[in-house]
Amino acid sequence: MQHKFLVHKKGDHVGVAVADIAAGEVVTGVFMDDGTTIQVRANHPIPFGHKIAIQPVEPGGIVLEYGVPIGRAPGGLTVGDYVHTHNLKSLRWARS
Amino acid sequence: MSVELFGYRRPDGQVGIRNHVVILPVDDISNAAAEGVARLISGTIALPHHYGRLQYGADLELLFRTLIGTGANPNVAAAVVICIEQNWARKVADGIARTGKPVAWFAIEGHGDLETIARAARQAKEFVQWASELRREPVSVSDLVVAIKCGESDTTTGLGSCPTVGWVVDRLVEMGARVIFGETSELTGGEHLIADRMATPELREKFLRVYRDYIDEIDRQGVDLLGSQPTQGNIAGGLSTIEEKALGNIEKTGTKPIVGVLGPAEAPPPDPGLYFMDTSSAAAECLTLQAAAGAVVHFFPTGQGNVVGHPIMPVLKITANPNTARTMSEHIDLDVSGLLTLDLTLPQAGQELLELLYRTVNGRLTAAEALGHREFVMTKLYRSA
Repeated sequence: MQHKFLVHKKGDHVGVAVADIAAGEVVTGVFMDDGTTIQVRANHPIPFGHKIAIQPVEPGGIVLEYGVPIGRAPGGLTVGDYVHTHNLKSLRWARS
Repeated sequence: MSVELFGYRRPDGQVGIRNHVVILPVDDISNAAAEGVARLISGTIALPHHYGRLQYGADLELLFRTLIGTGANPNVAAAVVICIEQNWARKVADGIARTGKPVAWFAIEGHGDLETIARAARQAKEFVQWASELRREPVSVSDLVVAIKCGESDTTTGLGSCPTVGWVVDRLVEMGARVIFGETSELTGGEHLIADRMATPELREKFLRVYRDYIDEIDRQGVDLLGSQPTQGNIAGGLSTIEEKALGNIEKTGTKPIVGVLGPAEAPPPDPGLYFMDTSSAAAECLTLQAAAGAVVHFFPTGQGNVVGHPIMPVLKITANPNTARTMSEHIDLDVSGLLTLDLTLPQAGQELLELLYRTVNGRLTAAEALGHREFVMTKLYRSA
C-alpha cells in the first residue's frame, strides 16, 4: 500500500501526511530513519503536510518530532488524531 | 567527481560567478541618481535601498559593512558609489577598493542629480566595457562561499528540501567550501542542537550569547513571537510551533561542525567550513547580509513558495512541495517532491542540486535572476537619530 505519511524518527509522536488523509482511513507511514512502516487509523481528516498522532500523549505531555520536543499537548493526543495549533502548543514564547 | 567550474578570480583572489557592475547609492536620497545611471548604461545594476541618513553607532557600522561588503563581493567586477555628500561616498568607495577592483565615487551636493548622473554614467560605461572583456577561468569548489536560508517553510521543507540542501552542504564543506547560515531567532527550539555542533567551547559560548541577545531583544519589546512565528503561511503548510519550524530549518545545515560565529555582514575567514551568522530570519534582510559577507551563490529551500532573489547573488530555489512546484513552477529551480513519495533518495536529490549548483556557477541564470528578483534590504538595528 502506498504510504500516506512519513515519520522523521523512531520514537516520534507524530508523522507528516504526504497526501490528504480522510477521517476513518487506515493509512501506512514510513519511518525515514530505518524505512520500516506503521499503520494508523485517522480520527480526523488530515490535509497534505499536516500531522497525525502515531503514539498517545498524556494531557500536558511533550510531543516529539525529529526526536526533539516540538511542543506540548495540553489535552493529550490519541493515536490517529489530527495534530496542529489547536492541540499542540509551543514550549517557548508561550506568554500569550 | 571531475567537474569543470569557471569563475571570475578577482584581484584579491576571491572568486565570483557573476560579473556585475553595480551602481551603489550610500543613502536613500541617492537612489534616484543611481537608478538614473543604471537606466543609461546597459549592463549595470543599481542597488537602491531605504536608509543611510542619521544612522549612528552599531547601526551605522552595519550600514557601511553591508554597502562595502556588497561592493566587495566577488560577483561584482566594478562599482560606482553615489552619495549625497563626499565623505561617506569616499569611505564606501575606499572600503570596496581594498579588494583591488575598480571603484569610483560621486557626490551629489554642489552638482545636482543630472550632472552627477552624467559624470557617473561616463565612468560606469568605461567599467562595463572593461568588465565585458574579463574572462572566466578554472576555479574549484573550495573557492566558493555559499549561503543558505529557507523561507515560507512548511512541513515539506523539513522532509525534503532542507535535507537535500543539508546533504549538499556536507559535500561542499568536504570539498573545502565555506557555507554561511543564519536566522538566529528561527533556531528557537533547536538552538541546543546548533550549540552542540560548535567546533570549540569558545564558539559555543559565543553562539549562545548571540542567540540569547537576539531573544532578549524580542522580549524587551514586551511581546512574544507567537503571532508571527510560525507565520500564517507556515501554519497553513502544517507547521504548528516555532520548535517544529526550527528543526526543519536546521536540517539544511547538514551535519558538519560549525567553525565560526559571524556578526551580521561579517566576512568569514579563509578557513573552509560551516559558519553561523547572526541575522534576521526575514529573507531579503538575511540574503543581503550573507551577500555582503561575500557569498556568491545561495540555496533557498521553500515550502509554500517564497520568491526572493538578490541583485548580485544568484538564489536557487528548492521545493519538496508538489503543489508549490506546480503552481509556482517559474520560481522553482529544483523540485525534490519525489522525496515525499519515496521515488527519490536523499543522495539522488542532493546530487541533482549539486549539479545544478555547478551549472549556476558556470553561468546558468537562476529562476530568481531570470524573473528579475533583486531584493536588497538593509538590516536596521534601531531607529535613526
